[in-house]
Amino acid sequence: MQLTNRSKQVSNKEMTLAEKMYLPAIVGGLAITISHFFRKKPTIQYPEVKKYLGPIYRGHHILKRDEQGRERCTACGLCAVACPAEAISMVAAERKKGEENLYREEKYAAVYEINMLRCIFCGLCEEACPKQAVYLRHDLMVPVFQERDEVIYGKDRLVENMNDRYIRVANSEVQATPTEPSLTRAAT
Amino acid sequence: MAEQEIKPQLLKVTIDGIEVEVEPGTTILQAARKIGPAVAPPAMCYYQPLKGSGGKCRACLVRVAAGSAKDPRPMPKLVASCLTAVQDGMIVENETSPQVIDARNGVVEFLLLNHPLDCPVCDQAGECDLQNFAFDHGKATTRYEEDRRTFEKRDIGPNIQLHMTRCILCYRCVYTADQITNKRVHGVMNRGDASEISTYIEKAIDNDFSGNVIDVCPVGALTDKTYRFKNRVWFTKPVDAHRNCPTCSGKVTLWYRGDEVIRVTARKNEWNEVTEFICNTCRFETKKTSDWTIEEPTKISRSSVISANKYRADTIKPSFGERLAAADYKPIDDKRDTSQLSIQQLPAERFAHVLPAALDPEP
Repeated sequence: MQLTNRSKQVSNKEMTLAEKMYLPAIVGGLAITISHFFRKKPTIQYPEVKKYLGPIYRGHHILKRDEQGRERCTACGLCAVACPAEAISMVAAERKKGEENLYREEKYAAVYEINMLRCIFCGLCEEACPKQAVYLRHDLMVPVFQERDEVIYGKDRLVENMNDRYIRVANSEVQATPTEPSLTRAAT
Repeated sequence: MAEQEIKPQLLKVTIDGIEVEVEPGTTILQAARKIGPAVAPPAMCYYQPLKGSGGKCRACLVRVAAGSAKDPRPMPKLVASCLTAVQDGMIVENETSPQVIDARNGVVEFLLLNHPLDCPVCDQAGECDLQNFAFDHGKATTRYEEDRRTFEKRDIGPNIQLHMTRCILCYRCVYTADQITNKRVHGVMNRGDASEISTYIEKAIDNDFSGNVIDVCPVGALTDKTYRFKNRVWFTKPVDAHRNCPTCSGKVTLWYRGDEVIRVTARKNEWNEVTEFICNTCRFETKKTSDWTIEEPTKISRSSVISANKYRADTIKPSFGERLAAADYKPIDDKRDTSQLSIQQLPAERFAHVLPAALDPEP
């Protein structure tokens, strides 16, 4: 059975004098090796040099805040149930009086943890989120870790910093769901 | 001979092409439920154990194609199957009639007009009748532009949380309060858009069986305050259990998170109805495993979200996601060289320009 059309028939014909000397073949092989010294290196010296990740890269998770700095997440659990690696866990709490500037809705995630060892960065949590709260950043990777206890990311490392907001360029035309009145107003 | 005359004559009804024999006085909904869940119309307000319930939500509308064997004319309008009694030779169209499906889509739209759609916050999400109904018949968008109705927050006792904005006015809780408890402390006030469930004269529901309004509520309007925001239903594990209770049957479902009982509810049958009501002591105060004798894991429909991420061989995944993905699928401009395909003997579907699932006929 022929697998590809690049196969060659093996021949047993007698070698010529040049072939018998082997030297031309050795020189030819060395020339190929030496020519590689002068090629452009494809290796990137990570972590000193970082590659451009592209607009749809799925990297570090982020829990978004809205325009007024309130956390969007309501601990509905849809990201955790959508997660194929079961990396997400959360504990919900009720918003108390006076916390309206911290949390958007009457329920919020008191604890929100992602196990980065389990996470496969598939982005299903981002897709499942009804509140546009969890995103996978396109510009930042989860850093290399040394200790196992560094791996579980809590809210301190996930919630968006208001001084350094994350804006998704590629997905700027994401449609807000009609169930979120403040979002539709912001879109119009 | 005399015995045969006393025996009531069974009536033959055809629902969606399936024939069933029922006793006189049975409603179309009951006859359809006798056949099975595939042909049973959805019910938002009808609740079999509650006398007088039904006829309010219009979710169970069906088309009667032939009134009876004697008078085979169709009924002029769609009828509420929970209130219409069957007649001999009646032919009913439920899912098979596009008119019925269209009417149900309209009913969903009406029920959701004033519904806040705060499912991510609501404790009922995952076991909500309205959610299931809207999932089957609803649209992803709304045509409603006005502000949704709001109510002043009202406290109805230490154990029950009332969210009036979520209410669809099915009256189930009112019938429960009326029939299970001795005095009526719980009713509907005002009319139209402003109508709301209320305790008469701000009186807290102090009856020993008042907690059952939580179970009968098809939406998240009445929820358990002791379970409020504890967890989502699909992360909890339900088991059937019982205890010796002096006031009620003591047969309940315990909802576990790890080793901790976070909620106690009455047992629901396959139509999501409670047949044996439980008392408030069982529901709110006995939340330790040592209080209960555990029988077995509760049987949950495999397509329910409560079964999500609990792996079993017979898990049924709802086809909705696949259908949505097939509908949204955009063919990719694939310029790969496929001339070698026959040599490599790869299946041609790998290089197909449409999603293989989209080619499958509807399941």
